[in-house]
Amino acid sequence: MQSKSILIPLTFLLLTACGSKQNNDTSGDTLTGNINIDGSSTVYPITEAVAEEFQKIEPGVKVSVALSGTGGGFKKFGRAETDINDASRPIKHAEDSIAKAHNVRYVELIVAFDGMAVVVNPKNDWCNDMTVAELKMLWEPEAQGKIKKWNQIRPEWPNEEIHLFGAGVESGTYDYFTEVIVGKSHSSRGDFTASEDDNVLVQGVASDKYALGFFGLAYYEENQDKLKVIGIDDNNADNGAGPILPSMETVKNKSYAPLGRPLYIYVNSTAGKRKEVQEFVRFYLNNTNTLTAEVGFISLTDTESTEAKAKWESFITSLSSVQ
Amino acid sequence: MSIKEKIIEGLLLMCAAVSILTTAGILWVLISESSVFFRKVPLSDFLFDTQWTPLFADKHYGILPLVTGTLLTSFIAIMVALPVGLSIAVYLNEYAPKSFRRTVKPVLEILASIPTVVYGFFALMVITPFLQQIFPTMAGFNALSPGIVMGIMIIPMISSLSEDALYAVPTSLREASYGIGATRYQTSFKVLVPAASSGIIVSVILGISRAVGETMIVAIAAGQQPRLTFNPLVPVETITTYIVQVSLGDVVQGSIEYQTIFAAGIALFALTFILNNVSFYIKKKFQEKYE
Repeated sequence: MQSKSILIPLTFLLLTACGSKQNNDTSGDTLTGNINIDGSSTVYPITEAVAEEFQKIEPGVKVSVALSGTGGGFKKFGRAETDINDASRPIKHAEDSIAKAHNVRYVELIVAFDGMAVVVNPKNDWCNDMTVAELKMLWEPEAQGKIKKWNQIRPEWPNEEIHLFGAGVESGTYDYFTEVIVGKSHSSRGDFTASEDDNVLVQGVASDKYALGFFGLAYYEENQDKLKVIGIDDNNADNGAGPILPSMETVKNKSYAPLGRPLYIYVNSTAGKRKEVQEFVRFYLNNTNTLTAEVGFISLTDTESTEAKAKWESFITSLSSVQ
Repeated sequence: MSIKEKIIEGLLLMCAAVSILTTAGILWVLISESSVFFRKVPLSDFLFDTQWTPLFADKHYGILPLVTGTLLTSFIAIMVALPVGLSIAVYLNEYAPKSFRRTVKPVLEILASIPTVVYGFFALMVITPFLQQIFPTMAGFNALSPGIVMGIMIIPMISSLSEDALYAVPTSLREASYGIGATRYQTSFKVLVPAASSGIIVSVILGISRAVGETMIVAIAAGQQPRLTFNPLVPVETITTYIVQVSLGDVVQGSIEYQTIFAAGIALFALTFILNNVSFYIKKKFQEKYE
């Protein structure tokens, strides 16, 4: 009798193991529940991709991802209305206070880096760097039809028309660039070649001596031989003085400000006690690197990735011990 | 028997109806969608504003920059296609031996069968770098290079239609010209070309309307920056390119940005519709009758 009663669940386990390879999560039983995510539109494509993959494996879990922006997302997160918040910047002090007031504890996990390159033609021998103020003057809406020549930016630059190329207006890159350079998201001059297709931008700058363009750093790195990247000076000596060229390192150590930044997810501690959230975040951290590269962000190094995973596991452990 | 006839007649009518209904359907979509657009944007802004920036924060809906971009590339194309196409037509009709003509004509038609996307990359990767050696300040995307390539593309159209027109000129005219001692050159350009002018003009107008509607070449090589200029060395945007750009982007369906493509579409339709009708009118009105 005894042996039989063991055998039945064993065979059942074997059968399920063979039958559905997808169900290889650690807990063994299928998860159910809802996970509510909101926040940054920049992080949205990564989270959305992760959520889609996760739901294929765990059809019982419903993951809804919204994109109210980092700030709008933190408002809801601080009131414990969402489980996870996507963020393209660290939480602000005021937002943290609101969360504390609502008894919301959370963990911050880094998932990727976002960087942008400002590029010119390799034959361009005058422009090696620009300040943020110069970029603002060149790209703000008031520049439309007025700032048309290189020597309007710096008098020693040539008296030739400047041809501008930039990420398409529906892209997160455009929002990010206008937010940190112009000061207002989605606000720029309209007389430039705006394309969602980065190939168009690369081709445009690579074939035009008097061109200047901006797009995701990952895309520059693939086309380094055809383009010349310029250094950006934010006039803030605290994060490195003078113009700084973009690279994996300068984006990660924050000296390539303001055109490089880390991307985060914030997880609510109450939600962190739920099995489906624990599994989802594990899945997120395990798969984020392949997905971020696809979307055009800079992936974490193995060490950073391991650190993030360790941070999550210890956070879960701390939750179960505190209760 | 009569039932069978009726069925066949019905089928034939249906075939004819398909093409008419398609045209009507396209027109209906264009008009209904753009009417939403024109409820939000006054027609005067659309026609007379000099900026086209519907995708940006500071929105302007002036179609003029797109129209000038379209006309500029088409004008360059005709400047290339007309002299070359007409010379080919005259040569084939008056100078070339019959056997040569029989082999060259099909070869010329091959030009028309090259996919336009290939022409586009030819403009971008071959013609533009070549032209940049002549005009060092020329931008990578410009009107000149796709214009020239578009001209090459419509050469067969111009040469073939013009040749038909030249061929239709009665032999009596040609013989009379030779009879009074005119040279071949004089006969060709002083007698035959003027006599065939209506057909040649029609070929040019059809060529223009082909160039105006051409999408792939300009989308690849002319740039995506609407600007009101007739400078062929800087990036421009044509109506067709704009429609492609917005259709491929992430514009929300039903938004004003989305409706701009129908407004641009109706402008394009109006342009080609007028051109085709003008050519039809010229064909009717100015056809020289010699018989």
